Amino acid sequence: MSGLRVLVGCKRVIDYAVKIRVRPDHLGVVTDGVKHSMNPFDENAVEEAVRMKQKKVAKEIIVASCGPTQSQETIRTALAMGADRGIHVELAKGEEDLQPLAVAKVFAKLVEKEKPDLVILGKQAIDDDSNQTTQLLAGLLDWPQGTMASVLEHSDGVLKITREIDGGLEDISVKLPAVVSADLRLNEPRYATLPNIMKAKKKKIEKMSVADIGVDVTPRLKVQNVVDPPVREAGDKVPDVSVLIEKMKEKGHLK
Amino acid sequence: ALTQDLDFYNEDWLGMQKGESKLVLRPRSTEEVSDILKYCNARHLPIVPQGGNTGLVFGSTPIKDEVVLSLQRMNNITDFDSGIGAIQCQAGTVLQHIEDYAGNYDFSIPLDLGSKGSCTIGGNLSTHAGGLRIVRYGRLRGSVLGLKVVLADGTILDDMTTMRKDNTGYDIKQLFIGGEGTLGVITEASLLLPPAPKSINLVMFGCKTFTDVVNICNEAKKQLGEIIAACEYMDDTCMLSVVDNLNLPYPMEEHYPFYFIAQTFGMNPAHDQEKLEDFVEGVFAQGHCADGIIAASRDQVKKTFALRENIAVGLSKADGNNYHYDFSLPTHHMMELVEDIRGRLRPWDDVQIATFGHIGDNDIQVQVIAPSDDVLSVIEPYIYARVTELGGSISSECGIGTLKAAVLPINKKEPLLNTMKLLKGTLDPRGILNPNKILLAEQ
Repeated sequence: MSGLRVLVGCKRVIDYAVKIRVRPDHLGVVTDGVKHSMNPFDENAVEEAVRMKQKKVAKEIIVASCGPTQSQETIRTALAMGADRGIHVELAKGEEDLQPLAVAKVFAKLVEKEKPDLVILGKQAIDDDSNQTTQLLAGLLDWPQGTMASVLEHSDGVLKITREIDGGLEDISVKLPAVVSADLRLNEPRYATLPNIMKAKKKKIEKMSVADIGVDVTPRLKVQNVVDPPVREAGDKVPDVSVLIEKMKEKGHLK
Repeated sequence: ALTQDLDFYNEDWLGMQKGESKLVLRPRSTEEVSDILKYCNARHLPIVPQGGNTGLVFGSTPIKDEVVLSLQRMNNITDFDSGIGAIQCQAGTVLQHIEDYAGNYDFSIPLDLGSKGSCTIGGNLSTHAGGLRIVRYGRLRGSVLGLKVVLADGTILDDMTTMRKDNTGYDIKQLFIGGEGTLGVITEASLLLPPAPKSINLVMFGCKTFTDVVNICNEAKKQLGEIIAACEYMDDTCMLSVVDNLNLPYPMEEHYPFYFIAQTFGMNPAHDQEKLEDFVEGVFAQGHCADGIIAASRDQVKKTFALRENIAVGLSKADGNNYHYDFSLPTHHMMELVEDIRGRLRPWDDVQIATFGHIGDNDIQVQVIAPSDDVLSVIEPYIYARVTELGGSISSECGIGTLKAAVLPINKKEPLLNTMKLLKGTLDPRGILNPNKILLAEQ
């Protein structure tokens, strides 16, 4: 095998450590002036591709992101981690509400163009928690899929994948080309170190618009209302263990 | 009042000293503190004021059987002006609690240190705690708007206000900040809190020489300017201790003898990112660093800063006793001192020296890890005299307590020392407030 071409998807999302504020119009959350970073699961996806390249399993890593102008920073981070080149599908005004089906369609076109052997995406974005794009993309391409991957091994055109599922772990094999989604335990993503950050500035990022690709990204779902979760009620403080036992008995938690 | 299970109050945080107090009093108000001191002063009963008991100089525990005056039950936040960020609270309020409370209003605290979850603001004030943020928010006394203090004879000094400026006569409250409970007991505080940052970033560099670290630090302060929030340094002994003993992730490929970490706080992520990238590019281009990282997410900020924040814990897991020193020194003398000490410890081959500190404040902390305390004879009092000679301070942050009371005269000469004794004699003529801390009682 001369080495796989890997297409990795990444998304710019609100940093997971930031306190989220619901917009006054209740149609979303405040994003202006809020710290954004690469979606954590996408970090795992990029890291896995870079490791495959280090092991000489992969020969080229293309990282792609659909998003506003600032998504370029996310692509640069991926390039600094070791991806070779980037594709930025820059969203125009009115296209900001990009939903999983639209993303899958865009990536299907990118697959047509770049002809990768493997597509790795993060299992879900932490802003919408959809966990759909990988599955939709696999369906559009009619490719096998391995989602929630926590172990990925390649040998002769076959991928052995361990999936994180509700009941535990599931081992499957898929034949390439395939679409895989990365889970948190797949790897520990590396930091972008300075020499690589500098090198990444010289790596190519191809820019294109949704119109250039020829995909209809009109949203099919409409968000009706966004609210904060209900406030947790304060607990009861008791002075000692005997009162605690009394209260637990009162509430029927103890016989 | 407690007369049983007094271990927590009698023993210091390091577990190295234990007093014999038989009585712990836990008042709930300034008035109760006043009554207690009135009573004790009349009967010449010495007391030790105590907050979270996280001090490192044996200043907050009894030496013999002094009564412990614990302020832990005085933990109420009594007022908060969310327009200007002025908070009023009792001295026993845990610092972390103030941070959490203020966080609800998008404010933060003007100091940050490892013991945040246990130390109380009264303790921070009476020891004039330092910490990570001096390079950004200045020293703690600059954030104090007002205090309520109880004197040895029970007199209550009420200087609580939310006014930023009050230039009327002598600023008495400043005496008690850093007084380590020897001039009066702080019972309430009014502090000015800074707004909570919206954008938090971090950069770390691996350096081959200490001079590189100093150069990067100077550049950081200049170029990151108003967003700088921490300028920290650590050596590889420290790095290895946190990576190996605490299993913290190490972000670069190789290790280096010295590391510099800067944290930034700002209100505009795009603006801060641009400043950081320019700064980092400059450092790299000038060859001050061998490698480095820019944290790409809050998670990376937290994990990388944890390497610095957990040094004390990491080193404590090493085999042997830990002897910790905190000094202020001109940066060009820092490694000189370290080499001095290394030279004196050469006869021992199982001794480690770890150094780290708030380099942005000219602070260097030296930790000697040795199997037994016979090393102390070649370190002390030499190290204090040497630091004084080099123009530094023998305690940049931790204070004097009991630990350094005997060597204070090496660093602070007669007129200063005598004036301290004068003040102590005036404010506490019977010597009941934390005796033998800072100044040894002359009997």
